[in-house]
Amino acid sequence: MKKYTKTHEWIELSDGTGTVGITNYAQERLGDVVYVELPDVGKKVKKGETVLTIESVKAASDVYSPVDGEVVEVNETLNDNPGLINEDPEGKGWIFKIKVENPSQLDELLSEEEYKKFCEEEGK
Amino acid sequence: MKKYPYIPHTEEDIEEMLKYIGVKSIEDLFAEVPVTITSDLKIPESQDEFSVKRHLEKLASENISLKDLSVFMGAGVYLRYIPSVVHHIAMKPEFLTAYTPYQAEVSQGTLQALFEYQTMICELTGMEVANSSMYDGGSATAEAVLMGLRISKGRKVLVSKAVHPEYRITTKTYVKAQGFEIIEVDFDKETGETSLDDLKSKLDEEIAVVVIQYPNFFGIVEDLEKLRNEIPENVVFVVVAEPVSLALLEPPGKFGVDIVVGEGQSLGLYPSFGGPGLGFFATLEKHVRKMPGRIIGETKDVEGKRGYVMILQTREQHIRRAKATSNICSNHAHSALTTAVYMSVMGKEGLKEVAYRSMNTAHYLLKKLEEIGFERRFKGPFFNEFVFKVGENYEKKWREMVKKKILGPLPLARFYKELSDCALACTTEVTSSEDIEKLLEAIR
Repeated sequence: MKKYTKTHEWIELSDGTGTVGITNYAQERLGDVVYVELPDVGKKVKKGETVLTIESVKAASDVYSPVDGEVVEVNETLNDNPGLINEDPEGKGWIFKIKVENPSQLDELLSEEEYKKFCEEEGK
Repeated sequence: MKKYPYIPHTEEDIEEMLKYIGVKSIEDLFAEVPVTITSDLKIPESQDEFSVKRHLEKLASENISLKDLSVFMGAGVYLRYIPSVVHHIAMKPEFLTAYTPYQAEVSQGTLQALFEYQTMICELTGMEVANSSMYDGGSATAEAVLMGLRISKGRKVLVSKAVHPEYRITTKTYVKAQGFEIIEVDFDKETGETSLDDLKSKLDEEIAVVVIQYPNFFGIVEDLEKLRNEIPENVVFVVVAEPVSLALLEPPGKFGVDIVVGEGQSLGLYPSFGGPGLGFFATLEKHVRKMPGRIIGETKDVEGKRGYVMILQTREQHIRRAKATSNICSNHAHSALTTAVYMSVMGKEGLKEVAYRSMNTAHYLLKKLEEIGFERRFKGPFFNEFVFKVGENYEKKWREMVKKKILGPLPLARFYKELSDCALACTTEVTSSEDIEKLLEAIR
């Protein structure tokens, strides 16, 4: 089950590893993504810390980690095709996988419904 | 209080502000600042324009101009001949008054000139991309080191002691506050090249960047191939280069260098008071997003016509604010434009001739100095500068030479304790045989 952050990342947990990307709402606001500065595998991050930067035609924006953990895999296809983030942000456009240190941190995140509501509020 | 009509605060405004802050007077407001200068500057009563001009001209005539001197000092700033057309083109109001070309549709001239500047810098350095300039050689070196630290992991930087001493100080200032460490690599006492043995002994896993100058501060052409072979692939190799020398030497880009920077003054800018100069900065395409500064790109407009725009701006401060790759904005763009005009006026062959003449004259000068008993300090191959032994107390002689209208070879005591009996001589294409005769006479 996917969980969401107020900074517009999503995370999906499977066997202690979370797959992370940015949401459809985020990619719509960024516009065409032209470059993704992927993190190094092995990078340790805390919840809320910057993991990487996404560059779109409008801006360079930071992506924050939804949880504490260690980056264990990155989506290398984004090097050649950063537009995947626009085409399929919550599927093929995933960005990195993180070994989650403390799964209970996911409980603090938003559910799909809560996130939708949050975006509606933010859009007002 | 006197009223100044061009300061838009009325006395009522000032009163109101003072009242709001809660102080009685402006003097009270600045009471915290220690008074070291009072306003009593002893300036004479006002005079008419003619009298002021005559007075200032009299004062100015006491200056010594480089035009009146035989110049044998280089060390990063070089006296060259600049064809007058360079000044005339660069000073065209369309170029001179153009500010940061954020609005591409009204800045095509400036943008195209800067684009061509970048292309020429790439050709000279043998690199893939160049930005449209930094402040000067020193700050460009410091920014190259910071960029290297962004690319490579590790927190230590190896800088050759044969890199310009002032560039090393600037780099230290930039890097220290960010928690990185700079370690100096000694030069070979015989050849004057960066010591390979010392470099090897200091390379460890924490080293992220290596900085070498080419030709180095002693004028010696470093062996970049040998150095590259010693430096691990993942370490960022920064070369500080002198652009005119690159018209003759193999470009650093041929040796697997990651970043090439340097001072661009010798490409058509007056030495002035040692500035404003120009920092050039070139790198490989794979590193482009880590590069500071503005980049101009060529593109097509909606009608398919060629046009120029600023590109990769998302890394920069007007978009990324505090997280920007650098804070280089307007910088020395007009200096960059001037060097582009100079390079296009000189052409490839012209620049080569300038380089040849500068080098040949230096080798001739060394021969003449040796004939009257002087000795070169290092053995390594040199371009247009060389170190030779002048004995202790040379500084005094050097000062006396200025009175004889000679700006003599630079005393090295102020930069290197171990070379306190040495001086750094320089010649360029403007050095004449009369200049050399004058020096030989005075330095004996």
